Amino acid sequence: MAVADPMVVVDDLHVVYRVYGSGADRGTAATALLRMIRRQRRPSIREVHAIRGISFVAYKGDAVGVIGRNGSGKSTLLRAIAGLLPAEEGMVYTQGHAALLGVNAALLENLTGEKNVVLGCLAMGMSPQLVKERYPSIVEFSGVGDFINLAMKTYSTGMGSRLRFAIASAKSQDILLVDEALATGDAEFRVKSHRRIDELRAQAGTVFLVAHNLGEIEETCNRVIWLEKGQIVQAGTNVAEIVDAYLEATGGEPRKREPAKPQAGPA
Amino acid sequence: MTNPGRLSAPGDLDKPGSLSGPGSLQANGSPAGPAAATESEEATKPAPDPAGAGIPAGEPLAAFAKRYNLEPAAARPPVLKYLRLLWQRRQFITGFATASNVAMYSEARLGQLWQVLTPLLNAAVYFFIFGVLLHVNRGVPGYVPFLVTGIFVFNFTQRSCITSSTVMRENLPLIRALPFPRGCLPLGYVIIELQQLLLSFTVLFVIILAYGEPLTWYWLLTPLVLVFQTLFNVGCAFILARWGSGFDDVSQLLPFIIRTWMYASGVIFSISTSLALVPGQSLYNHKHLAYLLQINPAAVYITLIRNSLLTEQRISMPGYHPYNALRCAMYGSPAKFHVSPAQFKNEVIYFSSYCHPIVSQPALWLYAVGWALLAVVVGFVFFWRAETRYGRG
Repeated sequence: MAVADPMVVVDDLHVVYRVYGSGADRGTAATALLRMIRRQRRPSIREVHAIRGISFVAYKGDAVGVIGRNGSGKSTLLRAIAGLLPAEEGMVYTQGHAALLGVNAALLENLTGEKNVVLGCLAMGMSPQLVKERYPSIVEFSGVGDFINLAMKTYSTGMGSRLRFAIASAKSQDILLVDEALATGDAEFRVKSHRRIDELRAQAGTVFLVAHNLGEIEETCNRVIWLEKGQIVQAGTNVAEIVDAYLEATGGEPRKREPAKPQAGPA
Repeated sequence: MTNPGRLSAPGDLDKPGSLSGPGSLQANGSPAGPAAATESEEATKPAPDPAGAGIPAGEPLAAFAKRYNLEPAAARPPVLKYLRLLWQRRQFITGFATASNVAMYSEARLGQLWQVLTPLLNAAVYFFIFGVLLHVNRGVPGYVPFLVTGIFVFNFTQRSCITSSTVMRENLPLIRALPFPRGCLPLGYVIIELQQLLLSFTVLFVIILAYGEPLTWYWLLTPLVLVFQTLFNVGCAFILARWGSGFDDVSQLLPFIIRTWMYASGVIFSISTSLALVPGQSLYNHKHLAYLLQINPAAVYITLIRNSLLTEQRISMPGYHPYNALRCAMYGSPAKFHVSPAQFKNEVIYFSSYCHPIVSQPALWLYAVGWALLAVVVGFVFFWRAETRYGRG
């Protein structure tokens, strides 16, 4: 039988970060200019091998959870899928564009929420007409209320991420990468965003979710990838099993209590 | 299931058995449709793959991706498609510019007034230093309109360059979150500056009219020059946006380079007359250098706008009258011809128009077009080639 169409193919991906100068050897303006002209790298570079040979395929309608400790390469993986990081080796192939939602602050922080919605939608290639049509539902979904007329830098972290999620998910993205962006939302928003993620999946989009909240992963994802030091420890559709194994491996960490959550979810 | 302490929770979840993760998802109320279809497919697939990562058996991933028309995540659209994408986002570009412009001074008590005050204060400072304290206005008729026009025109290029050198880093969250052609951002920044320029030009018109400048048909040439200057600025913005996207070094260095550029572009001094025609002045014996300075893009645009707005500049430009050795020499060394200061100020100061031009007016127009096209093409290609690298770091 036919397999669903692949949306993301990660083929033996390696990502290496280059961390520049640790303070020593900064140089003067003149030497910096010379370096720029000669197209040389800064002298003091440390290399961090963040992703070490990952391969997997995500299909249409998949919601892929990515779990792992801090620094295991989860965010790096998402940024590589979004095309924001160069692959040292290997390749990432995608069907269409990927939108990455991180925990960083506003899109255009000096502009009002309203302008952010309009400009964000225009930037994604929506027509002004369509933006006008969808505007009320986006604002409604974000739930920021009267704050929509204030500059986005005045928003709380949660409000900011709600609005950003509302904007990025307004267009049916082919691939939506959510990097802990829902963690700061309240319970009500979490329910809403899960529903939206399900909708995106139903429209044959693919969603990647990085979350330390394992309950959220179990509720949302049909596939999970467990990373450790830039490599896949386990991956598969047996979400609960992998999450269990991950919990066991990380033992003693506060995340332990998380499995209590799904009890409330499906019940 | 190996840990007895947490057995109960996943047990609840895995109703159909621990292996079928998607079961738990259905229980969560996922809508039917493609998602459900995927699940059934996965259920029927006998052990999808060894790693559980959805990798198809017996086919290299690269070939697999190619078969399904997947593209490298960091693929750069071809030039024409990229141009089309940019055109498609034109509303975003202008909306972004207008909104940023409005928000730019939202924290200042005088608000939008700063858009006018900044160039005015700039002009006042330069007038005080160079016009009053240093008297460099020697040999330039109508020095105040000359200076103010130069500053306002140069300011357009200056600000386009400086702001676009930080555009990619300033808008990092936007670049990372939403997929769109990155060229929108430097374009937007130039449009911000263009909008500010239109405002400051209104002020400029008021100033020069107040100085007794008549309204002439030549004024209609100004928009044309501004079109070329804008194109040139777009090219510079593309180049600087790419340079500035990686390191902060560019934006740190840029103000100094631009200040040097300003002094070399005849904003404060007149290269073509007082510096090049007066014996003893710096460029009198260096006509090649004078030529280079005059064809530099900033000088070209400034001179063309001065010549279209300011009658005194137009009629005193070398080459405006047929060459007359005597009158040209009178302009250069009035003392030798016993010209009184009053005579010089009223009459002889315009005699520079009887000298040979180093760069003629038609040549200036050619350079204006040439610089604009060169900058915009080189800048665009240079920026486009790094399209996939913006937002990294």
